[in-house]
Amino acid sequence: MSTVSPIIEKKEDFAAQINRVKKQKRMTGLLKGILFLLPSIILFGVFVFYPLFRTMYLSFFLTDAKGATTVFVGLENYVYMFSDPIFLKSIKNTFLFVIYTVPATVIISLFLAVISNEKLKGIGLFRTIFTSTMGISVAAASVFWLYLFNPTMGLLNQILEVFGAESIGWLTNPKWAMIAIAITTIWMNIGFTFLILLGGLQSIDTSLYESAEIEGSGYFYKLRRITVPMLSPTLFFVITVSIINSFQTFGQIDILTQGGPANETNLIVYSIYREAFVNYQFGSASAQAIVLFILILLMTALQFKLGERRVHYQ
Amino acid sequence: MSRVELADITKSYDKQKDVLNGIDVSIEEGEFFVLVGPSGSGKSTLLRMIAGLEEITGGILKINDKVVNHLPPKDRDLSMVFQNYALYPHLTVEQNILFGLKAKKVDKQEQQRRLKEAAEMLGLSELLKRKPRELSGGQRQRVALGRSVVSHAPLCLMDEPLSNLDAKLRANMRVQIRRLQKRLGLTMIYVTHDQVEAMTMGDRIMVLNDGKIQQVGKPITLYNEPENLFVASFIGSPKMNLGNAVLSDDLTQLIIENQLIINVDPMMVRDLPKDRNLVVGIRAEHLFSGMEKDEHISYLEAVNVEQLGNETSIAFDVGDELWTAKWPGQWNIHYGQMIPVQIMPKYLLFFDGDTGKLLKSAELGKKQEVVAV
Repeated sequence: MSTVSPIIEKKEDFAAQINRVKKQKRMTGLLKGILFLLPSIILFGVFVFYPLFRTMYLSFFLTDAKGATTVFVGLENYVYMFSDPIFLKSIKNTFLFVIYTVPATVIISLFLAVISNEKLKGIGLFRTIFTSTMGISVAAASVFWLYLFNPTMGLLNQILEVFGAESIGWLTNPKWAMIAIAITTIWMNIGFTFLILLGGLQSIDTSLYESAEIEGSGYFYKLRRITVPMLSPTLFFVITVSIINSFQTFGQIDILTQGGPANETNLIVYSIYREAFVNYQFGSASAQAIVLFILILLMTALQFKLGERRVHYQ
Repeated sequence: MSRVELADITKSYDKQKDVLNGIDVSIEEGEFFVLVGPSGSGKSTLLRMIAGLEEITGGILKINDKVVNHLPPKDRDLSMVFQNYALYPHLTVEQNILFGLKAKKVDKQEQQRRLKEAAEMLGLSELLKRKPRELSGGQRQRVALGRSVVSHAPLCLMDEPLSNLDAKLRANMRVQIRRLQKRLGLTMIYVTHDQVEAMTMGDRIMVLNDGKIQQVGKPITLYNEPENLFVASFIGSPKMNLGNAVLSDDLTQLIIENQLIINVDPMMVRDLPKDRNLVVGIRAEHLFSGMEKDEHISYLEAVNVEQLGNETSIAFDVGDELWTAKWPGQWNIHYGQMIPVQIMPKYLLFFDGDTGKLLKSAELGKKQEVVAV
């Protein structure tokens, strides 16, 4: 030690000191960051992550009526589920439902958004009307449609009668029940989808359209070559959210059909609900919930994979 | 080539105060016409009205002797370059340039021919497959020009196309645009708020302020004989030195800002009205150094000195005004120093202090024009 000159020793001292301060800074930075995230970490933890892991845990057990675990059965819940024709049907129904609702919702909302993006007097009124379904709760909307679908005094059948057509058992006819639910859902989702798409349209720079106009482009050329590509990030978002929403549909089914007739409108979430709160089979209900979770996860991942190539972020 | 005529054009929004008022001007074929004015003067609105993007409230707009007030933009046979370039971010440079031709269903081979021609002219050949976000500001600007070139429209409108570029690139693009216009023989209407751009590029300039024409003329005319105080202070950098002035009763002395006393020849000022407030103006390059001279010398306090290398710009306090002198070469002057300045009456411009109108332009300023030729 005595051979080391005091100057070199000092240098090492400084280096150590600087390192210590750097470390300290990094630690306080991390702590601060976590502190800011804490509210959402707690909320997510309590309402999302804990239930998720709890559901996973439950799906390996049989339970009593209160939901307490009784027997560990491993993967038996899953095996049983995939041999259960009612659950398989609910999966098929769910995919059908997505195909019925998502494209229609997006196309109708896009149409409404494009026409209400024009600069006209009183356009605000129409925008408000088109958005208004967002402010109606699922329960209220369902009851409202329940009256419209009523086989004898419902407005829809009365209109059909005027045209001399036979009345339809909207919610009782197995052929029509799913379509009736789809119509209700489309109507309810239009508000939100419309609002997001309109916002997307309004963020497109008007000079792009002006420039195209001067160069001699027609209305549909502009729609196809400017509006749709420029709107693609918004469309992608809307499609993803709509698909997830369709997968999770519950309220309107519970109120309008309770999954009937003959399980025609029994979607996965409704099937989970019945398994858990009607049959008190919390174990197999949990297993179904996990399957739904994985399904949505896969669908969304697939969309990102496919969509990325077609989406133009600025 | 197109000839554009504007007859008593007005614009107002919702029947409120006029944004533009009584615009009367005709733009000749093949002319580089610059619209210049401070922000809010209505120059962009006027350009957009010519393009057809903005409705014309009153007056008649003619292109090639045809009234076009009612025509949509695409039928006016013109091209336009926007301030933000209006490039489509999802399309490549090539697709951007061909966008309009495809919309008009121009023959495929013709499209490629025009694309090649424009790309070579603007040095874009290497960049055709890129997206706009992969380009620098100057390259984007050239793509925007390319779109206008391939349209083969005889009239080109530009709305502050250089304002997003840095100073060096701007000087370069000024030359390029000017050359392009001459080469293609375009009639150009060019909007800018930058008077340097206006002076350097325009065959003729129209100065707008508050929606009214202040003056239309050649750059040199605007510089030497500004019709009013607004043009005098707007055109030229640094701006013209202005000051309130009073003539003595015997017409031999001119008192500027109650501070400078200048001996004048009574013959020179005899035509000026006696009962009006006067404002005199003098260009920065006409405030000569008074060292080793003895005629018309005033001593002024230097309040700021800017060394530009080839010249020195010195600021003086004259009453409430700040005057600037530009002296060629490098001068070692300190803050607060009293400097002899030669103010020759023959370089003075006289304005009416109330109406702002020019009463008498400088006697010598005009001669310079002759010298330059």
